Amino acid sequence: MTTPNTPLWEVFIRSRNGLAHKHVGSLHASDVTMALQAARDIYTRRGEGLSIWVVPSTAITASDPADKGMMFEPAESKIYRHPTFYEVPEEVGHM
Amino acid sequence: MYTQALNVAEADDRGLEDAARAAQFQARIDAEERIEPNDWMPGAYRKTLTRQISQHAHSEIVGMLPEGNWITRAPTLRRKAALLAKVQDECGHGLYLYAAAETLGTSREELVDAMLAGKAKYSSIFNYPTLTWADIGTIGWLVDGAAIMNQIPLCRCSYGPYARAMIRVCKEESFHQRQGYEIMLTLCRGSDEQKAMAQDALNRWWWPVLMMFGPPDATSQHSDTSAKWKIKRFSNDELRQKFVDATVPQAQYLGLTIPDPDMIQDADGHWRHSEIDWTEFKQVLAGNGPCNRDRLAARRKAHEEGAWVRQAAAAYAAKRAQRQTAQAAE
Amino acid sequence: MPVANIQVSETPLVLYALRRADDALILGHRLSEWCGHAPMLEEDMALSNIALDLIGQARELYSYAAKAEGKENDEDKLAYLRDVRQYRNLLLVEQPNGDFAQTLVRQFFYSAFADLYWRAMMTSRDTTLAAIAAKSEKESAYHLRHASEWIIRLGDGTDESHARAQAAIDQLWAFTGEMFDVDEGERALIHAGIAIDPGTLRGPWLQTVSDIVGQATLVLPQNDWMQQGGRLGRHSEHLGHLLSELQSMQRTFPGLTW
Repeated sequence: MTTPNTPLWEVFIRSRNGLAHKHVGSLHASDVTMALQAARDIYTRRGEGLSIWVVPSTAITASDPADKGMMFEPAESKIYRHPTFYEVPEEVGHM
Repeated sequence: MYTQALNVAEADDRGLEDAARAAQFQARIDAEERIEPNDWMPGAYRKTLTRQISQHAHSEIVGMLPEGNWITRAPTLRRKAALLAKVQDECGHGLYLYAAAETLGTSREELVDAMLAGKAKYSSIFNYPTLTWADIGTIGWLVDGAAIMNQIPLCRCSYGPYARAMIRVCKEESFHQRQGYEIMLTLCRGSDEQKAMAQDALNRWWWPVLMMFGPPDATSQHSDTSAKWKIKRFSNDELRQKFVDATVPQAQYLGLTIPDPDMIQDADGHWRHSEIDWTEFKQVLAGNGPCNRDRLAARRKAHEEGAWVRQAAAAYAAKRAQRQTAQAAE
Repeated sequence: MPVANIQVSETPLVLYALRRADDALILGHRLSEWCGHAPMLEEDMALSNIALDLIGQARELYSYAAKAEGKENDEDKLAYLRDVRQYRNLLLVEQPNGDFAQTLVRQFFYSAFADLYWRAMMTSRDTTLAAIAAKSEKESAYHLRHASEWIIRLGDGTDESHARAQAAIDQLWAFTGEMFDVDEGERALIHAGIAIDPGTLRGPWLQTVSDIVGQATLVLPQNDWMQQGGRLGRHSEHLGHLLSELQSMQRTFPGLTW
């Protein structure tokens, strides 16, 4: 008999206050309560977390790698968005 | 990691893969770029990785059994806690690895079913029995030691999810080998009986551990493409030699004898072991090891006896979702 | 010298610590039997975590018992060199794992008690016990949540899971009364502000248990006949087998360091 699939969840953990939640992995659970418990039991065994998010994997919409060119390359030429683009004399000090 | 739904396999079903795409893919690999789940990849790359990662995951899960055999009999409370935490880690590692394999488009359930049906392989080392407490020390010291040799290069594997899982696994596993060696050290500093127990365990595990690195390079089937795709960065023989060179001095420190009277140290300092009995390896791989049947039976039993629990959780989740929909409609 | 059973001078305080230590060790041991055999990998992880919490609690309580006794015993001697008649745990925790429902109902009954118990013990005048209680309370609060969620799912899941969960409740119910019992030695510790009276927890415990069991569409038995004896070393037949496994190394190779 084949096993019915249990939903997949993505786990995000805030390791300490002040930091953003970071994707750490995934797990299987039947519902959101069990997913949160499983995330705690699997991904925070070594004191890695202060806060957990679980998200159904199916709820994530990802950009298509085929669109990489139009999605991300146009930003590469806008170097004037970075502070190093501008020259400030050394005498002025840190700015 | 990443959603399964995105991993449509349609591109792979086309009879003819775009040669230009394949070349582009190889160029990315050569440039040490990581491949991510939704990137185009050759069907054979997907298949090879699915097989390798899932075998790795099965190994972690089946590997819980020989060591789990001693959790209830660990000789002190400290050892008991450490062993339980270690076997639990193996479970976690299996779980991370199944998740990495799933990003390639096959569900954990399918992968597990293949293993339970005897269609998927796992590391042969776990088909040997743990007879004494010294076996637990030896597994930590040698089996985990060999696993680390294999796994560290995998942290740089071309497939992103696999590499990330391995980084986590390697980080967590750093205590496993140390706890094994500490057990061996305690035995070797103990009574004659304890020391004999340690030597006996080493005698039984040494050759199977050397086999863990796989067949000699000259006969290995997968190495060529795996190396080209940067899934595998060192050959079986290279890793085996590295392991032997690292292990011999550790055994000497323990005062234990490697059960290979013909082993010699060459001019470059490498320890050269004698010929491995590959007939035994093939037999164990074919299902005729001392514990193959027991291991599969134990996993099948857990799976079958757990079916009603998984069904209950699913049924409750469906009811709860229904109630929430009904509530929202009010 | 081969070591047979150790002798323990069971002053009220030593006995008190031993009882709680034995509860934690035996239940932790039972849960550790699941490792590698649970219904899903996620649950292998969860049950192992609970087992590790309990074994940790046991170690602290044994060490404290040894210190209170002030002789040559230590955590391992207390765990490995007492026989079945010297063990002081509740009958509930030594009951076999059975199926997943039996394990979880056993855990649920115990955790619902332990959570209340350790929370109350945080005010103990004994600073060591208060510190152990503070740590254990957080752990048991999670154990209770985990077990409660499962009781609800098993009870309100499928017909089969409902039947199994109800059977587990019916089977284990008679072992719950012992949790609230107090003997004279412990009464003195209660008066001294070192221990708390578990009898006062019966109401809140029943409330928690009834609430979850109700949500799970299950029922508690009407029968109020309760088994007793664990606290005095009168156990079920199951404990001897558990101990023969737990203690096999120390019994086979007496007096060695591992």
